[in-house]
Amino acid sequence: MNRGFSVLCSYCVALLLAAAAFSASAAQIGPLAADKTPRRSGYDFMGRETRAMQDDDAANPGMLWVLDGEALWSRKAGAAGRSCFDCHGDARSSMKGVAARYPAFDAARARPLNLEQRINLCRTGQQKAPPLAYESRDLLALSAYVGRQSRGLPIEIAIDERTRPFLDAGREMFNRRQGQLNLSCAQCHDANWGKRLAGNVIPQAHPTGYPIYRLEWQGVGSLERRLRNCMFGIRAQALEFGSDELVDLELYLMWRARGMNIETPAVRP
Amino acid sequence: MARAIINLPASARRGEIIEIKALVSHDMETGFRRTQTGGLIPRNIITDFVCTYNGAEIFRAEFYPAISANPYLAFSTRAAESGSIACTWTGDNGFSLTESAAITVA
Repeated sequence: MNRGFSVLCSYCVALLLAAAAFSASAAQIGPLAADKTPRRSGYDFMGRETRAMQDDDAANPGMLWVLDGEALWSRKAGAAGRSCFDCHGDARSSMKGVAARYPAFDAARARPLNLEQRINLCRTGQQKAPPLAYESRDLLALSAYVGRQSRGLPIEIAIDERTRPFLDAGREMFNRRQGQLNLSCAQCHDANWGKRLAGNVIPQAHPTGYPIYRLEWQGVGSLERRLRNCMFGIRAQALEFGSDELVDLELYLMWRARGMNIETPAVRP
Repeated sequence: MARAIINLPASARRGEIIEIKALVSHDMETGFRRTQTGGLIPRNIITDFVCTYNGAEIFRAEFYPAISANPYLAFSTRAAESGSIACTWTGDNGFSLTESAAITVA
């Protein structure tokens, strides 16, 4: 009886704390009016030291990739002998807010493409160069550089008749149990966020800072790499990089995080 | 692409203690890992870091295989005179990288 009472009490305290946290975070990330749960970036679950690492451009190792991307931006490539700069000009103005809108619908492919696919489409179509491999240093550098131009801007995923089926497919995937552990994304990231999985806090799965520098990886990786990690964790067959299902899931996750600010290049434990 | 970022205040008062931050891009391959077929991946690490202030050494560090990839160092020194602060990383396979920044001391 006593124990039950104290559990109840700590539950009340937790509720109060949650309410306090909500009012504090509401000002920071501005959850949409329709949302009842406060949304938190993975940043909010990190330790002080890791936050400091992300906040300081001189300490954030992701900036090494951003600098590489800056160099690649103006390097001519492919048979066309053109650089990104030749078409897009200064990325600091032309790429501002672009990463916050991806995955975005591509009329030619009749489906949403993520930023990496968009970069490779430019490479093959405009530069007449071979596409960059997923998770290659150059592709991560370019997507980190483009992503960096949207830092601090809210994620804006436009959903219309063309993209809705893909969003629905992504949502369905998020809620679908899979793998030998028979878990869905939602069971951890909607129902149990804030609790611990082994030593790690389960975040809400808002992809605000990709590509991220992950301490565990000792390097930068894409959202797809992270998603494949989770699939491996639940002992499911990891989807191929660039597969339609993975991009649909990315679209859903970015839509779910709409209004939250881009942190690229974020640091995560 | 070998790349480094060093960060220090552009100007300081004479005698002021300033912080120098140095970040370098490097895999820091330990030499203990193996490939899927069992072959040893050869060690490839940064072994030495030296920071000089107008040519005089102010900080030195030796790196070992347990240091993480893309190592980051922060240390402090006293701003003595205007000039240049240069950081040099050297390591296996002839790795050598120098990055410098100017400081104005008033």
